Amino acid sequence: MKTRNKLAGMLSALVLAAVGALMLSRNVSAAGEGKITGTVKLAGTAPHQRAIDMSKEPYCQKLHADHPVTLENVVVGSNGGLQNVVVYVSEGLPASAGGQVPSEKPKWDQKGCQYIPHVVALDINQHFLVTNSDPTSHNIHPIPTKNPQWNKSQPPGAQPFDVSWANEEVSIPVKCNIHPWMHGWMAVVKGPTAVSDGNGSFTLDNVPPGNYTLTAWQETYGAQTQKVTVAAGKPATADFTFKAK
Amino acid sequence: MPTIHKTTFLSMLLLSLGLGVAVAQNGGASSGFPTPKNDFTASEQRGHGLYLRYCVGCHGVLGDGEGENAPYIDPRPRNFILATFRCRSTSTGTLPTDQDLENSLERGLVNSNMPSWRPTTPYDRKDLVAYIKTFSPRWKTEKPGTPIEIPAEPEVTPERVKAGEALFQKLECWKCHGVEGRGNGPSADTLTDDQNRPIQAFNFHDGTRFKCGSTDRDLYKIFMTGLDGSPMPSFADNVKPDEAWDLVFYLRTLQPMKTKAKLIAKQLGLKPINPAGAPAQPPANPENK
Repeated sequence: MKTRNKLAGMLSALVLAAVGALMLSRNVSAAGEGKITGTVKLAGTAPHQRAIDMSKEPYCQKLHADHPVTLENVVVGSNGGLQNVVVYVSEGLPASAGGQVPSEKPKWDQKGCQYIPHVVALDINQHFLVTNSDPTSHNIHPIPTKNPQWNKSQPPGAQPFDVSWANEEVSIPVKCNIHPWMHGWMAVVKGPTAVSDGNGSFTLDNVPPGNYTLTAWQETYGAQTQKVTVAAGKPATADFTFKAK
Repeated sequence: MPTIHKTTFLSMLLLSLGLGVAVAQNGGASSGFPTPKNDFTASEQRGHGLYLRYCVGCHGVLGDGEGENAPYIDPRPRNFILATFRCRSTSTGTLPTDQDLENSLERGLVNSNMPSWRPTTPYDRKDLVAYIKTFSPRWKTEKPGTPIEIPAEPEVTPERVKAGEALFQKLECWKCHGVEGRGNGPSADTLTDDQNRPIQAFNFHDGTRFKCGSTDRDLYKIFMTGLDGSPMPSFADNVKPDEAWDLVFYLRTLQPMKTKAKLIAKQLGLKPINPAGAPAQPPANPENK
């Protein structure tokens, strides 16, 4: 009888500890403490980004007459910072994290026959708005492999489309069949994510303390990973360098 | 110590159960080869036999559209693993209904190598559809979309044909299909499908049948659901159901056969639309600023 009591006591203590740990981790992630900041750089010379010929769409050609739009496969800032890199936590997030889908709705605008932004990072099931600011029709045609493919026409002045993606996918190519130069990417990940800005810097918010694998994905150079540890109340840093091919 | 024995026995049992489950979950995936599917329903089993007889040459054993004949075929055979289908009665981005797939089998796809399978029985086609659906996991996690509602076809009137012409201009159908609907619009020569393969815009003067049928309702469905996987988008978000009929009537005036719409167009003296007549200012939509 004694042994049984002892066993029962130990078991209940274990269960209590486990439940406690779960509650604690949930509290931490809900508080949204922890941050990962960093910079993405390009080593070497960026490939030439050729100018886009928009003569098929007179409105857009006229709009960009002074500053011809170039391809955006590799966009490098003056300090060597690499823009449009998707950074996200690929491993180590507690199961309780990422449960809350951000309520903020990013905008995916079709303006001057370009996608603005060129790359958008989204949480699973996070809604975003597809808008058309041009006086011409666009068809928005994402071509995912892990999500359903759709293709919708958006004439000038049409209401925005409110859409979301249900499955993780880095990254979904998006094109407009009417204007074949229009090309962009949607990265769908679970948990905190960011896209590097013009200086190549990024900030991941709401990362609970812990050990993580961070992935940086660039449309031309692919993905890179590195380990990072986030301590409570102290932002961690993680820098990436892609080599120009 | 009978109590201890009991607990150890229980924990061992639990452990072995857990291990058994883990092994069962990993089983088969380790070999690297696709596991044979023995969990077919009777219908899928029959469909499998029919598939090996009629479909495998083009669509391939794996259903990936890479059959023996595939390299010689343009447009390429459908890849069933992606579960992206052109001809649907459901809105863009959703799975087609079984009936949609059966209709495609029965009708065949005009301007492609896919023949009509009308010589098979309706039961054969049901079984084939059941088998084709085993290739993609999407059929397990998603339900087919709801077929779009199509109002009863109204009477063709000159007003409706004219309204349809205005829509053809406003929606910029002519960007790909050309001002006369000959499939030679400014964007026609750069069109690619979802696999980045070149694809042609439909030429309305070319024939009486479309890829997804030949009736007015089929035509209505084509532009209100889009042909997923192709450059043809869905216009359902920006065309009202009644307006859609106007566009159907106008498109009929571009086709070679004699229709009431065509007669009306002749009486009206309709000319090909003028693309320069399109609006040139950015739209005044507050949502877009």
